Amino acid sequence: MVLGRVIGRVWSTVKNSSLTGQRFLLVQPLTPELNNTGKPLICLDSVGAGAGELVYWCGGREASFSFLPVEVPADRTIVAIIDELSVARDKKN
Amino acid sequence: MLLARVIGTVVATRKDPRLEGKKLLVLRLVSPEGKDESGYLVSVDTVSAGNREVVIVVAGSSARMAEGCKDTPVDSSIVGIVDTVSLDEAGKGG
Repeated sequence: MVLGRVIGRVWSTVKNSSLTGQRFLLVQPLTPELNNTGKPLICLDSVGAGAGELVYWCGGREASFSFLPVEVPADRTIVAIIDELSVARDKKN
Repeated sequence: MLLARVIGTVVATRKDPRLEGKKLLVLRLVSPEGKDESGYLVSVDTVSAGNREVVIVVAGSSARMAEGCKDTPVDSSIVGIVDTVSLDEAGKGG
């Protein structure tokens, strides 16, 4: 699972019938220090995340498990909204 | 899931029988701003996307979960046609 921040939304009317009612959010992946890393990605939302929120998502086939027993074609799903993050820093840095 | 633009079609006569009747499209990956990025994909179309349209692509084993792709040898499916992408102010800097 990977940390990210919700930075936008993608709207789609015509979509695969198994995606009906699902929300697509644009997520910027982050490092544990909350710096941007990599390109923004599209994730499905299973927790009601909103703009600017810190979240983590699950990738791969497991991403569709959030929606079981419905089979949803998702390869990335936001599975949690982060309340608090504490990262132990290496003393050398 | 990825954003991509339809740039062409693929025609294959000899293929796995489970792929018969499936439309295959060539896609170019695009950024949320709509700019072309490096990388191409061949995906199965489940939403009747047209040329130059921006679409949502699901990759990996989840691609098989799309309606119409059950138990087919597919690792990339087009599952939506994008109407709009809205990017927050905070996201534009990154």
